[in-house]
Amino acid sequence: MAVTPSQAAPHHGDPQPTDAQRAARKGAQHAPGTPLSQFGAERVLPSGEREVALDVRTSDMEINFGPQHPATHGVMRVLMRTDGELVTGAQPHLGYLHRCAEKIGESVEWLQYLPYTDRYDYLAAMNNNLAYSMAVEALLGVPIPRRAEMLRVICAELNRIGSHLVAIGTYGLDIGAFTPFFYAFREREWMMALFEKICGARLTYSYIRIGGVFNDAPVGWLEDVARFCDTFEEKWQEYFDLLMVNQIFIKRTANIGVISKEMAFDFGLTGPMLRGSGVDWDLRRDLPYSLYGEICRDKAFGIPIARGEMGQLGDCWDRAWVRTVEMMESVKIVRWCLQHIEPGPVLGDIPKTLRVPVGEVYVGIENPRGELGHYVVSDGGKIAIRVRVRGPSFTNLAVVEELLPGALVGDAIAIIGSTDIVVGETDR
Amino acid sequence: MQSGSNVFLEGLRQFAPEAVPGWALMLTAAGIGVAIVMGLVSVNAIFSVWLERKVSGHIQCRYGPMYVGWHGWLQSIADGVKLLLKEDMIPAGADRAMFMLAPALVLASILGAMAAFPLMPDVFFADLDLGLFAILAFSSLTTIGVVMAGWASNSKWTIFGAMREAAQVVAYEIPLGVALLVPVMVAGTFNLREASALQSGMWGMDWFVMPWNNPFVLPAAVLFLVAALAETKRAPFDLPEAESELVAGFMTEYSGIRWSFFFMEEYAAMFLMSAVGAVFFFGGFESPLTALAARLVEDPRLIVPAAEGGMRLNLGSLPYQLAAGTTLLLKTFAGIFLMMWLRWTLPRIRIDQVMTMGYKYLTPLALLCVLGAGIWEAIRHSWLR
Repeated sequence: MAVTPSQAAPHHGDPQPTDAQRAARKGAQHAPGTPLSQFGAERVLPSGEREVALDVRTSDMEINFGPQHPATHGVMRVLMRTDGELVTGAQPHLGYLHRCAEKIGESVEWLQYLPYTDRYDYLAAMNNNLAYSMAVEALLGVPIPRRAEMLRVICAELNRIGSHLVAIGTYGLDIGAFTPFFYAFREREWMMALFEKICGARLTYSYIRIGGVFNDAPVGWLEDVARFCDTFEEKWQEYFDLLMVNQIFIKRTANIGVISKEMAFDFGLTGPMLRGSGVDWDLRRDLPYSLYGEICRDKAFGIPIARGEMGQLGDCWDRAWVRTVEMMESVKIVRWCLQHIEPGPVLGDIPKTLRVPVGEVYVGIENPRGELGHYVVSDGGKIAIRVRVRGPSFTNLAVVEELLPGALVGDAIAIIGSTDIVVGETDR
Repeated sequence: MQSGSNVFLEGLRQFAPEAVPGWALMLTAAGIGVAIVMGLVSVNAIFSVWLERKVSGHIQCRYGPMYVGWHGWLQSIADGVKLLLKEDMIPAGADRAMFMLAPALVLASILGAMAAFPLMPDVFFADLDLGLFAILAFSSLTTIGVVMAGWASNSKWTIFGAMREAAQVVAYEIPLGVALLVPVMVAGTFNLREASALQSGMWGMDWFVMPWNNPFVLPAAVLFLVAALAETKRAPFDLPEAESELVAGFMTEYSGIRWSFFFMEEYAAMFLMSAVGAVFFFGGFESPLTALAARLVEDPRLIVPAAEGGMRLNLGSLPYQLAAGTTLLLKTFAGIFLMMWLRWTLPRIRIDQVMTMGYKYLTPLALLCVLGAGIWEAIRHSWLR
C-alpha cells in the first residue's frame, strides 16, 4: 500500500516509562513470587481496587524489534507499536554499532584510515576502499595506472555480487526460506576465496588503496575470475527460480512496502532502493568514475530498472528483483574487464607519508546499497581535517519509519529486509 | 482380527506362571504399552531430528552433522544429554505453574494420540473403534499447551506465537478433519487397522487414493497434506515459531529439557499425521511386500484362538507382522521426508494468507470433496446392490 507523507502515522518515540516500570527495571533480581505489579504499571482506581496493567498485552503493545533479533541484520533496534499483528508505528533506533569512524578519520593519517573504511559496510569492503581512495585521489590529482583501474573495477563488481548474494540470501531467510541463503553463501565463499588469493583477507580487504591497488593479481587469478563468472551465470538461475518466481515469495513481497518515485526522492534513496522504485539512476553511468564511462560507451552492461512486474511499482519484490538482476550485470562488467585488461603497473607514485593538498571534495560512488560518498577536507597536512561519510544504508533506513505503519508483523520483516541495510554502515 | 484383544496381555497370559493374578498381568501389559509409546515418541524425535538435519544439510549443499558417530547419527543423543544437563530457566514474571505445566501438557496429549496408533496389524496399545477421532482429538489438545506456554512466559514474542497458533490451528482443524472424512466414507470405519485391512486387494495396492476406488480421495489427500502441515506447525505454516519474525515464537523463553519437549511433540505430531495419512490414503500396512508375506505365513494373525479355548500367540505370523509394520513405517517416513523437503524449499506465508487459505479455500474444497465422495459412494453401493 502506498503511504503518502500526509497519511503517515504520528511519530512514536520511546514511551515514557511509568514509575512502577522504572522500579521494575532497576530491580534486576526478581525473587520467585514477585508481585505482578513489578512488571507493569499499577494504579489504584477511585473505588479502591488495584489495577495492574502488564507490559505484555494484546492491543497496542510496544515491542522492541531488536537489537538482538534474527531479522535485524546486525544490531539495530526498531521500536514497534503493534495492535495484534498490525504494526501501527515504528521507529528505528541506531547507535549499537557506532565505532566513531568519522572521528578516527580526523585522527589518523590518510593511508592509515583505509582499513577503517572496510568496516562500515563489511559486505562490500572493496567498494568502501574505492570510495575513500577516490575521494583522496581527487584532492591529490595523481594519475591511476590503467591496470589498477581494471583490477579495481573487477574487485568492486565481484564484491557487489557478493554483497547482493547476502542481500538476496538473507532476504529469503527473512521471508522464511532457508535454503537460498546457503546457495548464496556457496558462491560468496568462492568470491571470498578469490579475494583471499589477491589480498590475503576474506572480509576486510584494504586492497584498493590511494593511488591504485596494493599488489598485482597473482598468476592465474584472472582465469579463476573467468571461471567464477561462468559458474555464477549458471547458478544465478537457481536463485531466480527458488525465490524471485516462487509464488509464496511473490505473495509475501509484491505490493508490500511500496515506495513511490516521489517518496524515493523525498527520502534521498539511492542504489537498488531507488531503481526499485523505477528511477533510472546509477552513478556508474550517470556520473561515471574509474573505467565505468568507457564500459558504458561499449554498452557492456545494463542497469535494471524495476517495472512493477508482480505488483505496484516500488514494492519489496521490485527491490529484490533489481538486486538479483544487477548481479548478472556485474558479471558482464567483470567479463569486459577481463577482455580488456593489459599488463602494467598497479600502484601510482604515492609517498609513504602522504600530504594531501589543501582543499575539500565530495566523491560519491555506486556502492551495492547506493551512493557511498566521502566528503574530505584537507589543510595540506598528514591528517584529514574532516572525513564525512554519506552511507547509503543510513539514508535508506529512514524510509522504514514511513513504510511500517499499516503493515503486518510479517510484512514489517519483509520491508526491513528489503532495505538491505548493513548496520555497520548506518552507525559507522 | 480380534478387536479389543491386546497382544501384550495375551502374551503375558500365555507365558506368565499361573499364580500371577489377572490384574497384575493387565497392569504389566499397560506398562509395556506405555513404555512402547513413550519410547516410540523419544526414538522418533531423536531419529527425526537427525534426519531433518541431514535432509536440510544435503538440500543446502552441506553435510549436516558428521562428527558424533557414523554420519553424526549420535548427534541427537548428544544434544539430548546436553539439554538434560542445562539449567532449567523460568523467566522472572512468568506464571511459574503454567510455564512448567505447558510442555508436559503438550507432550502428554501427543502421547495420548500415539496410544491409538497401531505399530503392526496385531501389535497395538489401544484398538479404538474411533481411533482416528481419538488421534485428532488428542493432537488438538497440544494447542492448549502451546497457548499456555505463550501466555505464561510473559514475553511479547511468545504472545504473538501463541495467538498465531490458536488462530492457525482452529482454522486448519476443520479442513483436516473434513478431508479425512473422505477416506473414512470409503472405508466405512474410523479404526486404523480395519481401514488398512480394507486396502489389501490387488497385492496390497488397492489403496483408497487410487482413482478406481473413489476419485475424490486424491484431492482430499492433497488437502490433508496442506492442513497437516499447518496442524503440525511445519513450514510454510511455521508461523507460531517463525524464527525470523518472532525469534522462536511461543518457545522463546524455554530452554533445556522443557524446550525439547516441544520438539518431541513437533516430531511426534509429524509422525502421527504422516502415519494417519499413510493409513487412510496410501494403504496403511498394505503393500506388495505385505501381500507376499501374508501368502508365505500360515496364519497372518498374531493372536489365534487356542484349541483348548482362550487365545494363544502365533509366532509364525511374525514375518507378516514385521513386513506390515515396516511398510507403514516406511510410508510414514516418506511423508515425514516430504514435510522436511517442503520446509527447506518454501518461504513462509503470512498470517492473513494462512487464514485466507484455511477458511476460504481449504474448507470449502474439503467439503466439496466430501460431497463428491458421498455421491460417488452412494451410486457405487446402489449399483453393487
